[in-house]
Amino acid sequence: MSPLLAALPSLLGTDDPLFNGGVDWVVFLIVLIKVLVVFGALMVSVMLMIWFERKVISDMQSRIGPNRAGPFGIMQTLADGLKLFFKEDLLPERADRIVFKLAPYLTIIPAFLAFAIVPIGGEVTIAHHTFELQLADPPMGILFLLAMSSIGVYGVMLAGWSSGSKYPLLGSVRASAQMISYEAALGMTVVMVVLITGSLTTRDIVNGQALHLWQWNAIRLGIIPFVIFFIAIVAETNRPPFDLVEADSELVGGFVTEYSSIRFALFFLSEFMNTITMSAITVTLFFGGPDGPAPHIPHTQWLWPILWFLGKTIVFLFVFVWLRAALPRLRYDQLMDLGWKRLIPLSLGWLLIVAGFVIDGWWGLAMTATVVVASVLITRSFLIGSEREETRAILPQVGLRLWNRPDVPTASSPAGSVSSPTEGDDA
Amino acid sequence: MAAVMHGVLLAATATGHASLVDWGTFVVAAAIVLSGAIGVVVARNPVHSALMLVMTLFGIAVLFVLQRDDFLAAVQVIVYAGAIVVLFLFVIMFLGVDRDENIATEPLRGQRPLAVALVALGVTGLLLLGEVSKWTTGALSVAGSTDSSTSNVAQLGTSVYTTYLFPFEVTSALLVIAVVGAVALARRPPAVVTAPDPDDELVDESAPAAADAHQEVTP
Repeated sequence: MSPLLAALPSLLGTDDPLFNGGVDWVVFLIVLIKVLVVFGALMVSVMLMIWFERKVISDMQSRIGPNRAGPFGIMQTLADGLKLFFKEDLLPERADRIVFKLAPYLTIIPAFLAFAIVPIGGEVTIAHHTFELQLADPPMGILFLLAMSSIGVYGVMLAGWSSGSKYPLLGSVRASAQMISYEAALGMTVVMVVLITGSLTTRDIVNGQALHLWQWNAIRLGIIPFVIFFIAIVAETNRPPFDLVEADSELVGGFVTEYSSIRFALFFLSEFMNTITMSAITVTLFFGGPDGPAPHIPHTQWLWPILWFLGKTIVFLFVFVWLRAALPRLRYDQLMDLGWKRLIPLSLGWLLIVAGFVIDGWWGLAMTATVVVASVLITRSFLIGSEREETRAILPQVGLRLWNRPDVPTASSPAGSVSSPTEGDDA
Repeated sequence: MAAVMHGVLLAATATGHASLVDWGTFVVAAAIVLSGAIGVVVARNPVHSALMLVMTLFGIAVLFVLQRDDFLAAVQVIVYAGAIVVLFLFVIMFLGVDRDENIATEPLRGQRPLAVALVALGVTGLLLLGEVSKWTTGALSVAGSTDSSTSNVAQLGTSVYTTYLFPFEVTSALLVIAVVGAVALARRPPAVVTAPDPDDELVDESAPAAADAHQEVTP
């Protein structure tokens, strides 16, 4: 053994928070191999995912799709990637040079890192070292995913802003509003999973769902949180029908309009990588991760969890593609409406009910009753309020006073034909 | 700076592991925090300032991990870097103030020497307090020690929902009040769709979107 490797444990310290337990050079080597394998597997699966999406979409639209490069056109992505590499790399004159170059990397690095916490398989023993088939299992666990997905917003936002032209800027303003809106509902459903598991780490979340089908969180939590979560992650990844950020029919290309060559490729790499990561996270949080029956064939016990994990993930990848083929893009106001007025209240109410049932049955029933009564009352108050507002019976008093103050400019209101309507009555 | 470093090393040795990695991580994270903080002040473009702020917040999150507080590190990134600075950027882009500023001109006379003096005073006071008095106790936290086998999320949750329940609830009430207040202040009466006067129409057309906020309305 080389002296450098022998000195590694003392160099790394004994309780580096990123390695759980003691560290010797074998562990270090295993971690290194895991990183390389996950990196390679992710890149290859992105390549296959793009091919899969194009094939499935063309089947759904009665087209043939890519069929030239390789068998069934499976090498099409590789060919496209090579083509993009050799394209001219453009830098717009009015672009903010540093941020323009930085933005693609700000999207792709969180997309890579988020996959680190996904449990891919069960436990494996190599050279007397038992380790989990998962890149990292930090104590913050699933919060790491939320952190990474909130960092991913920066890449899209800054790409649009730094391009120095109008359509990308509109795209990035949309991106920031959309991602923040849906992050709230996403976080709320993750909280439900964490509540019922009692732990933040993804390994505990997966172990808590093992052995029985009705132990899966999607069923234990009652389907609704899973549906909210899935809608939220489609919005987070900017996939259709929530692709207002790119919206090629209204914004040319959205935030990527000014990008070309390898930087453009990086954006699409990270989008597909996010799709794969989010499918894997869905499987982890709601469908038991690598959990599934394994036939008793000797020396294959390590393989079955991986196969189950892959199979479940592919199902959700197909759903992503299916949504793209089946649904038209939402309008911006519909998007905000769905996020703030439907998903967030629904997930809040459901969270209360889940929290009640985690304590005991009676608390759960009491919470259910509270949520039902409260939602009926709030809906009624909203209805009455909007009715009166239409007939102008009530107006918010503070706003009204501001409205009539002469020193407050009123023409700054974005609605085009607003003039100060109540000037005569009140002043 | 030296005192802070000493404090962190002391904290690390208190749990019995002051390793080279801890020390190196601290130096790198501190460098990131400080250079980000200086960048926020020095950068000419507001968007660059906001990005520097993100860098500082990241460095602080790394320092939290170094103190074995993963939960605070994650929340630091999710809440501050992921939500608050994104909102800053949203407002900066929306209002269109994202142009380079000439930082040679001072908006307020004598602002810069005053700022330097105040910062110097604050830092000296902090260092003096740390060295002279018992102001820094060297205890890792008030919620309990973080070196035990129980996760620090559980410890944090227990202390927030028992010992510090009242401040916690008051803070959340404060936030709700702030939100309601902001909505009440920002709300305008809904637009009435009537056939507008030709004069009014002229005025409205001369106000292109929200860019020109100082447009006066001629009655």
